[in-house]
Amino acid sequence: MSEAIQSDATPGGGESIIEVRDLVKHFPVQVGILFKRTVGHVKAVDGVSFDLKRGETLGVVGESGCGKSTLAQVLMRLVPQTSGSATFEGRDIFKMRGSELRKLRRSIQIVLQDPYTSLNPRMTVGDIVGEPFEIHPEVAPKASRRQKVQDLLDVVGLNPEHINRYPHQFSGGQRQRIGIARALALRPQVIICDEPVSALDVSIQAQVMNLLGDLQDEFGLSYMFIAHDLGVVRHLSDRVAVMYLGKVVEIGTETEIYEHPTHPYTQALLSAVPVPDPSLRGQRQVIRLEGDVPSPVDPPSGCRFRTRCWKAQDLCAEEQPELISRLGGHDSACHFAEERQVVP
Amino acid sequence: MSTVDYSNGDHSNSELLLEVDDLWLEFRTSDGVAKVLNGVSYNVHAGETLAVLGESGSGKSVTAQAIMGIVDMPPGVITGGEIRYHGEDLLKLSDTRRREIRAEGISIIFQDALSSLNPVYTVGFQIGEQLRLRRGMSRKEAQKRAIELLDMVKIPNAKGRVKQYPHEFSGGMRQRAMIAMSLALDPEVLIADEPTTALDVTVQAQIMDLLKEIQVERQMGLILITHDLGVVAEVADKIAVMYAGRIVERAAATELYRMPGHPYTLALMDSMPRLDQRGQTLNTIKGLPPSLLNIPPGCPFAPRCPRAQDICTVELPESKDLGLGRTSACHFAEELVNRV
Repeated sequence: MSEAIQSDATPGGGESIIEVRDLVKHFPVQVGILFKRTVGHVKAVDGVSFDLKRGETLGVVGESGCGKSTLAQVLMRLVPQTSGSATFEGRDIFKMRGSELRKLRRSIQIVLQDPYTSLNPRMTVGDIVGEPFEIHPEVAPKASRRQKVQDLLDVVGLNPEHINRYPHQFSGGQRQRIGIARALALRPQVIICDEPVSALDVSIQAQVMNLLGDLQDEFGLSYMFIAHDLGVVRHLSDRVAVMYLGKVVEIGTETEIYEHPTHPYTQALLSAVPVPDPSLRGQRQVIRLEGDVPSPVDPPSGCRFRTRCWKAQDLCAEEQPELISRLGGHDSACHFAEERQVVP
Repeated sequence: MSTVDYSNGDHSNSELLLEVDDLWLEFRTSDGVAKVLNGVSYNVHAGETLAVLGESGSGKSVTAQAIMGIVDMPPGVITGGEIRYHGEDLLKLSDTRRREIRAEGISIIFQDALSSLNPVYTVGFQIGEQLRLRRGMSRKEAQKRAIELLDMVKIPNAKGRVKQYPHEFSGGMRQRAMIAMSLALDPEVLIADEPTTALDVTVQAQIMDLLKEIQVERQMGLILITHDLGVVAEVADKIAVMYAGRIVERAAATELYRMPGHPYTLALMDSMPRLDQRGQTLNTIKGLPPSLLNIPPGCPFAPRCPRAQDICTVELPESKDLGLGRTSACHFAEELVNRV
């Protein structure tokens, strides 16, 4: 096994570029056709706080329905927040209007999961990658755009001569590169990657992950990297936030989360990942969670994980555990936080 | 909490159930002839788990569909080979007999459980359907048996759930219901085509545990089709690696992971981000798999292979026997397996 080459250091020493505090997003559940009545709320994101530091990659992991994609959409201002605050370089994202908002949209870009549906099949690659310049014409004068698009294609490892091709002429991995080129067009400072490699085959996935790593070094980008594959997240992230039912249950550096997890959910999640080594069969203590994730419409009282947790006690149902530093280390939202090594 | 102990045994002495022998299949489309399977052979014994590993387009699912007889023909045409179940060639059987085997002998579960279930019938009705048709059970009996089956796949409150529709089930429960359905007639061979790809890791672990448990209990032959090297390592007895419609390597699971015998397998393992390792750059496989409409001469992996020599672009490597049940279709297989 090759030892780690990557250093833990976050470039810039930890100046925050995005600060999120107590962010909440509830979607109303309505019944009725003409007269809509709200009967409840899907608590997709329910009080999330974290910082994204300049030049770092923050991994966000969790199972489907934990709110990780909604979090991305709220930060992009694609859906309005319910409450809470988020700042970009010290300014409140949710209060921005007009030119300030346009500038924000330039600074934060997104790469989506499915490269088959996130590209318009009737536009050429040149039009897709160049479209951001139409919306933000101040970034590049019209005459230089074609050249700029070709440069971008080159940067992401595509042939610049393919500028007039259509998305269907590319493979899945190449399409994801087109999506990345589009996200890079406006020279953003932050790119939110929402499951960027989960639709790709292993060999192609590695190519795209390496590309994302190279681009970060080249352009000093900060990534918020959302994924459900814990191996992928470990590979790219400096820090990792683990989400469960709309809340961050544990957050820390990559080493803290993977080697010294203290929240039972993190431990269960890590333990569920199969290890590609048949010789370890039967030697590994695994944690198997029972049942499914509860509905975010009516989450359990107290600690949301308690219904599936093997450590749960009366206290867990009564009092919601704070996300605070436990055992003198990183933040974990468990009353009975306890270190346990699960990754071999 | 439990210690997972999946036995990793040699099942070659138990009964040979299903054998795919030199299967060739192509799709004749308006764009040309796509050579999807080019001489695929594998077999599965009672109680054995065969994992078929490969990327999209490698032909792993088409082989399974050919076994089940659900490839659309045309455009699909089987141009050679046999699929033998208990020694009987399925490709020569009448439709009626084939249906019988499909019902009672070999069963399949698919990746996407939601689109494999009919949304307008209750889960119980769908599980019971085959019991009514094949076993002549009454509705009541079939319902009762469906409850038992749902119980067996550990769906809580099976009695209530049996009357629900697929949309009322979560992803993991739908896959459990699919498993219950596929086991209703006690098949000897179960083909699981990417059964956990659409599921979260914690649910994936539950489903794999369940499949393994049922297999051991019933001594079923299990063909697990997947692209996930992790899942394979935890459950497979033996592995067949597919690339461009061919099996490029065949080996016992422990052997394959200890020392891959084909450059493609090696490259796949190197390009996988692992939970227990971190590092700056992943090894990648350059380029893309070949178009099946136009497979290059020589070894189909040669254009992407770091070890490729002149011979590789000219001559198609035969599948070589390396002993101990291992085969590899690489000109330099011996060197690879014997490297230190």
